[in-house]
Amino acid sequence: MNPILEVKGLTMDFGGIRALDHLDLHVNQGEIVALIGPNGAGKTTFFNCLTGLYKPTAGDLLLTPPGGRTRRLGGLKPNHVTRQGLARTFQNIRLFPNMTVLENVMIGRHCRTRAKVLGAIFRDRRTRQEEREIVALSISILEELGLADMINEFAKNLPYGAQRRLEIARALATEPLILLLDEPAAGMNPQETRELDELICRIRDKGLSILLIEHDMKLVMSLSDHIFVMDYGRKIADGTPEEIRTNPAVIKAYLGEDVDDA
Amino acid sequence: MLSFKDFGRACVVALWFMVLTFPLMVIKVNPIDRVITWRWHNMVWVGVGSFLCYLASRAWQIHRDARLRRIRLGQEEEKEPLSRRILQNPSIYRPLLAAGALFFLAFPGLFSTYQTNIMITALMYVVLGLGLNIVVGVAGLLDLGYVAFYAVGAYAYALLNLHFGLGFWTVLPIGGLLAATFGILLGFPVLRLRGDYLAIVTLGFGEIIRLILENWNEFSHGPSGISNIPRPGFFGIQMSLDQSITYLYYLMIGMVLFTIFVVNRLQNSRIGRAWFALREDEIACQAMGIDKTRTKLTAFALGATWAGMVGVIFAAKTTFVNPASFTFLESAIILCIVVLGGMGSIVGVIIAALVLILLPEYLRAFSEYRMLVFGAVLVIMMVFRPQGIVANIRKTYRVEEG
Ligand SMILES: Nc1ncnc2c1ncn2[C@@H]1O[C@H](COP(=O)(O)OP(=O)(O)OP(=O)(O)O)[C@@H](O)[C@H]1O
Ligand SMILES: [Mg+2]
Repeated sequence: MNPILEVKGLTMDFGGIRALDHLDLHVNQGEIVALIGPNGAGKTTFFNCLTGLYKPTAGDLLLTPPGGRTRRLGGLKPNHVTRQGLARTFQNIRLFPNMTVLENVMIGRHCRTRAKVLGAIFRDRRTRQEEREIVALSISILEELGLADMINEFAKNLPYGAQRRLEIARALATEPLILLLDEPAAGMNPQETRELDELICRIRDKGLSILLIEHDMKLVMSLSDHIFVMDYGRKIADGTPEEIRTNPAVIKAYLGEDVDDA
Repeated sequence: MLSFKDFGRACVVALWFMVLTFPLMVIKVNPIDRVITWRWHNMVWVGVGSFLCYLASRAWQIHRDARLRRIRLGQEEEKEPLSRRILQNPSIYRPLLAAGALFFLAFPGLFSTYQTNIMITALMYVVLGLGLNIVVGVAGLLDLGYVAFYAVGAYAYALLNLHFGLGFWTVLPIGGLLAATFGILLGFPVLRLRGDYLAIVTLGFGEIIRLILENWNEFSHGPSGISNIPRPGFFGIQMSLDQSITYLYYLMIGMVLFTIFVVNRLQNSRIGRAWFALREDEIACQAMGIDKTRTKLTAFALGATWAGMVGVIFAAKTTFVNPASFTFLESAIILCIVVLGGMGSIVGVIIAALVLILLPEYLRAFSEYRMLVFGAVLVIMMVFRPQGIVANIRKTYRVEEG
């Protein structure tokens, strides 16, 4: 079976800097795949290329929905990539701060709904029905993520950990096939990180595939089915958590950068 | 508490204001007798006044900062803003609304034709403000050339009437559609621009339209404009001037209600949410699957539509259009209405439009100082309430039980 996401020879140049260098990577349906690497390795740049925010210099991005035809993602605009089934969170949280928690999630429904200007003005049956569905679905997602008691708060007033969860909720509202998480545990306390661990498992159990950038090695090792390691825009290793733990190239890359509890 | 430094600053501020207002407040030239009167006592007033005002504002600031600190430390509950408390409590806003409705319905009967005329102008700015509010307040696209769409509407009526004899009611929607088309035309080239760059290009667009109207004599009759534009008709009934002004007044009331209805529904819809999200974070917005191009263009087009329709009404009201009515100052005033009212707030924009248009009219008693007062009100508002009269209010939802 084809992997749901396949990246071939992805290269991204910023002027003279090569942030991604012929990167190959794949995600199988229903897997949690982690992408790790020292700071500045190009992980976020990879997400940006994948989601259409950057236009890659070279390479192929192929999405194969279960039971569907393979599609090229390269060159699509970000909103079309999201429609195809890739939803992401951001390393530095990018919520809509002056909208309520619920509205943030409702925005995620935008690409799956269709009400137009006239529908909005006349509020015909279909529009009202659609609006009710948007609200109901958004609330159920928020309930799942434990945010249901703050749906009318402004997003900017939420505590940090809740903001991270809200970003995930918003991404889930787009009904993605693959969820891309950029350092979701950053800035979370151990308790919140444990909850995040369970949450990601729950999302996977629903049939989503997950691509995870994370610096918290404990989380990565416990969650991942497969790990890709990057350094200087290149893939330096990939394999199961066991293989990565003992891989000399990985140890070298990490010991050069930070000597955390990795 | 006020510190010694604050008193020092207050002195500097007072001095600065004394210098700044020197030519206006102190020197008075009498060209007939060829004498100059030096009114030094005015300078003392300005000095003392600005000294005290500065201290008062400082004291208020210190008080506010202390309260914010206590709120952050959790020693004090955060108070709901006054505007929100009023707008979310039906037993307060219902009577207010009823009183307002009664006042506006009875207005032409209570006041002179002159006053009614002023009120019509104010109501036109309410609609213009609500229209620009879609573009600037809701979608966050700083448009400084909004008056161009107003001009398109006004000239649409003037020219279509002149050449084809089309009536007011026929041109009203045509003017709106034409302005929407221009909105999209302007929208396309500026899609990539944001903030200051967008502001400059839209400013240029506004000036281009005005310059075309001024210089293309065969098309627009140049600076002399077009006159004898018919007032709006009512099933062909002949009306006296007073009657037609009263008629126009109620027409404008209807227009305002229609605008409020539509704008409110738009804001609370899928599209309205997308506009808000676009204002908040363009990149996150795209990543959530919103088509940036289309969303911006609908905002431009729908905002422009209102300007176009009010333009038609303007031409019908004054029975005369020329390019001088569509200068940058108009755009600036409409923008002031939106910013002062509170970006994205319908109630705020209505209040701001009424205040900003009626205030200078009723300040005519203070003729030479009225623009000064006007400016001062704007500055004070922006210092003490940068979020506008009515701060951002979002719709609240309930979680259904069971
Ligand atoms: N828009 C850009 N223009 C120029 N250079 C960029 C741009 N975005 C990223 N880079 C460069 O690409 C390299 C990879 O950056 P990236 O943010 O992808 O790293 P990362 O792996 O996400 O690091 P971190 O763990 O700190 O988040 C860096 O050297 C960065 O300076
Ligand atoms: Mg990063």
